Amino acid sequence: MSNRTLKGKTAIAGVGETIYYKHGQSPDPEFVLVLQAILKACEDAGISPKEIDGFASYSNDRNEPTRLAAALGINDLRYSNMNWGGGGGGVAAAIGNAAAAVSVGFADFVVAFRGLAQGQFQRFGRAAPVPTVSGGPAYMSPYGVMSPLQKYAMRAMRFMHENKVDHSVLRAISMASYHHAQNNPRAVMYGRPLSEEKYDDSRWITEPCRLFDCCQENDGAAACIIVSAEKAKDLKQKPAYILGAAQGSDHRCGAPVMNATNFPSSSFASLAPRLYEMAGVTPKDVDVVQSYENFTIGVMMAVVEHGFCEPEECNEFFQLENLMAPGGRMPLNTSGGNLAECYMHGLGLQIEAVRQIRGDSVNQIPGADVALNIAGPMVHHVSTVIMGSEATL
Amino acid sequence: MSETYLPEGMPIPVPMNDELDRPYWQGLQDGKLLIQRCGDCGIWQWGPEWICHECNSFNMEWTEVEGQGTIYSWERAWHPVHPALSGHGAYIVVLVELPHAGNVRMIGNLLGDPTQDVEIGAKVKAVFEKHDGDQPYTLVQWKVAD
Ligand SMILES: [Zn+2]
Repeated sequence: MSNRTLKGKTAIAGVGETIYYKHGQSPDPEFVLVLQAILKACEDAGISPKEIDGFASYSNDRNEPTRLAAALGINDLRYSNMNWGGGGGGVAAAIGNAAAAVSVGFADFVVAFRGLAQGQFQRFGRAAPVPTVSGGPAYMSPYGVMSPLQKYAMRAMRFMHENKVDHSVLRAISMASYHHAQNNPRAVMYGRPLSEEKYDDSRWITEPCRLFDCCQENDGAAACIIVSAEKAKDLKQKPAYILGAAQGSDHRCGAPVMNATNFPSSSFASLAPRLYEMAGVTPKDVDVVQSYENFTIGVMMAVVEHGFCEPEECNEFFQLENLMAPGGRMPLNTSGGNLAECYMHGLGLQIEAVRQIRGDSVNQIPGADVALNIAGPMVHHVSTVIMGSEATL
Repeated sequence: MSETYLPEGMPIPVPMNDELDRPYWQGLQDGKLLIQRCGDCGIWQWGPEWICHECNSFNMEWTEVEGQGTIYSWERAWHPVHPALSGHGAYIVVLVELPHAGNVRMIGNLLGDPTQDVEIGAKVKAVFEKHDGDQPYTLVQWKVAD
């Protein structure tokens, strides 16, 4: 079978975001937020919402395509897809699935979306107070391993031990996000800069992570519309082409009780080479990186596993100036990311990548042609997408 | 009345409703640490599953293992995420490799001072922690070996 690639066949033609709220502060229910984001994305692309004919999401999004299609009066629903796995590991996969659906002709205008109103539903950082637990959680919860951070911190602790990584690495990742958010009026942390002292003085949540290593929890919704490359050229915006997408994890990543074969990892080791092969680029070609920060520890390992530095080079590589737009070696999370813009389960980061390709980010990298976007490091099913300008095709 | 590392009110482990891991929880109640080993290819496997991940045999056997391990990784949790932990303070979780069971890993707490330095590679010894009550159960905890 030849030509098994997504490269250049589809593009993101429209993006939409609601106002980003602190968790529990959205005046609107989650479903309304999703509708708002989709309508904004349609307006951005210059298409009618009735033309949407497919939906892709992840992390068991509660807003079902059939309800959305009926609510929007969509003429002909042709595609619906949910990527398995919790957390934000599926955000790039949702975009990849949408692109695959468009490229084989299942549908023409597929929306990848995510809505979160945690005030309306259970928060992520709290354990449900259930009296008994069974299965995987029975081997963790009774020992106080319940929150996402508690489930992933030991992957990083081992990685940092093996590679002699300093805490300054995590601080630089956090500070890059806060630094970029200061130019971004959409960011929840706009006007709230982070200094080294403030980071160092912040409390431990679970070692090796302090407060500023952890993402916010927010309410909001985001959406992007994937269309064929041909269609994208006729629409309003400069297309952000999908060059490659990959999802998955390596041998026994999801083995219970933390028995993954490759444990000190963010789960991207086997995925990244496939991704680069499809996109036809190497880390050297990447102009800007958006890496989902559930926690800074995941960003650290994900950047390594995507080949930007060797594990033992972390202390030199992760210096704030290397991560800053516009001139850093690897500008990172240029909107402020999950830490400082908004935790929209990573979709906000994907939209920031589209802005970089279009050339209208608040922290624009001059002439950015290739953007790499990492989803949900350390969860057991992760994904990455690479977007590019027309010059990369 | 038994002394436990974490306060009462933590979630109570019960066997899976398909009975897969009942032997493990019953073994702890009987003072035995039982880990899965494949009856065909001999590979050790943890956590429990119905099938061997190496040879795909369903002939998984519960095999008693010595309660000795090595700290592979660890974390110290400070921020309480469960009501029973509010006001409790920091506690240490260790991921322990079992050299006598193919280096499979188990999760437990490291007994002793919750602010102690933790050394990856340190030898640890299993301690069975009994929990009484209407739904009695036993946890495996770890302490640094002398
Ligand atoms: Zn076997």
